[in-house]
Amino acid sequence: MEYQWNWGVFLLPSAVNDGTYLDWMFAGLKTTLALSLSAWVIALLVGAVVGVLRTAPHRGLSFAATAYVEMFRNIPLLVQLFFWYFVLPEMLPAAVGDAFKAMNPVAQQFIAAMVCLGFFTSARVAEQVRSGINALPRGQKNAGLALGLTLPQTYRHVMLPMAFRLVVPPLTSEFLNVFKNSAVCSTIGLLELAAQGRQLVDYTAQPYESFVAVTVAYLAINVVVMLLMRKTEALVRVPGYLGGK
Amino acid sequence: MFGSYEFDWSSIPGSLNFLGQGLMVSLEITALAIVAGIVWGTLLAMARLSSIKPLAWAAAGYVNLFRAIPLVMVLLWFFLIVPKFLESFLGLPPGSDVRLASAMIGFALFESAYYAEIIRAGIQSVPKGQLAAAHALGMSYPQAMLHVVLPQAFRNMVPLLLTQAIILFQDTSLVYVSALADFFGAAYKVGDRDGRLVELVLFAGAVYFVLCFAASQAVRHFQKRLQGA
Repeated sequence: MEYQWNWGVFLLPSAVNDGTYLDWMFAGLKTTLALSLSAWVIALLVGAVVGVLRTAPHRGLSFAATAYVEMFRNIPLLVQLFFWYFVLPEMLPAAVGDAFKAMNPVAQQFIAAMVCLGFFTSARVAEQVRSGINALPRGQKNAGLALGLTLPQTYRHVMLPMAFRLVVPPLTSEFLNVFKNSAVCSTIGLLELAAQGRQLVDYTAQPYESFVAVTVAYLAINVVVMLLMRKTEALVRVPGYLGGK
Repeated sequence: MFGSYEFDWSSIPGSLNFLGQGLMVSLEITALAIVAGIVWGTLLAMARLSSIKPLAWAAAGYVNLFRAIPLVMVLLWFFLIVPKFLESFLGLPPGSDVRLASAMIGFALFESAYYAEIIRAGIQSVPKGQLAAAHALGMSYPQAMLHVVLPQAFRNMVPLLLTQAIILFQDTSLVYVSALADFFGAAYKVGDRDGRLVELVLFAGAVYFVLCFAASQAVRHFQKRLQGA
């Protein structure tokens, strides 16, 4: 059986008449971008806090932070997603759970996916932040303390401004991963890029065109993120450090 | 904080057999993807380091392409496209169950891109003098690779390869998209059947956590011993 290529398929009006199939792809792309970027913000904020706590000279705090990281790293993303989407709403106090379930289904999917992806990624960001802090020469912390700064002040004014700059290059791959991992969220019915691609196959029976289009979209995201991170790296580079090339 | 939900774990004991079979499927896919990934990944890594430019470009293109797209997408496409292709290619009767085979092929092709990068770094970590010494002893390039460079490279890479294996094991849960009953797929089916999705998702998460945490602690221990040696 010969396959009939038809690139014009993207310009056809969709089966439910809400624009063309190309519009479907762009809608999916928008969802992927919105989901990944909002999850990335959560991941950076939570990951920075947890990463700092992992280096804290306090047993309870560093244990809690380590437990947090191990928890999110040793359970598959798909299982975590089902937890946030199916399990947690049942376990919350009835009022909160019911409020969540009364929301627009698309909003439910998006919130669950965003929180899931954000926390999942935060554990990885935390590891990078921790290794950034540990990479600082020990003298920096001692110097801060010797100047009479308290430990939180030393973190705030001496160590973190350096550590956050060192951590930017290794964060590039985590940033790329957020976009790739967001495709997992198609499993709870969220119509992001990969899901739109699949839907296109169901409606048009043109799997190869759809496959190529989705792949190109992910490649484009990759290229843009890499360029963006390269600019950021150049901006925050610490003179005199390796990688300050 | 645990609202009004009443837990009922009674559907798990009776389904342990089914869940166990699912776990075997997950482990099977993991094992095959590791073996295929390392073999194909080694070839890709060597191609990428080759002095024959088109070969190096092709390998780099393959690795970068697979590393840029999500695994779910690859599995989805292998689920949608490859079964039809395999049927016509191998002359199987239509409707034969090639889901497991296509999931495995998808995994192997995808993971080999990640293994290729680990192995490339491993090969590059071997001092250049080793290859020169092997050549000086009269070994051909394949001999030098096989007997001198790769054994040392793999020794350096073992912890990274094992860590990647743990990630891979977690990733096998994504064959859920092809409706295969791997461990998570089996747990989902039981939960869906009995209306006990909450318990089964928690149970599956706990099992994955115990297995992966134990494995990663073992890798860490092994890594320390390797560094101490």
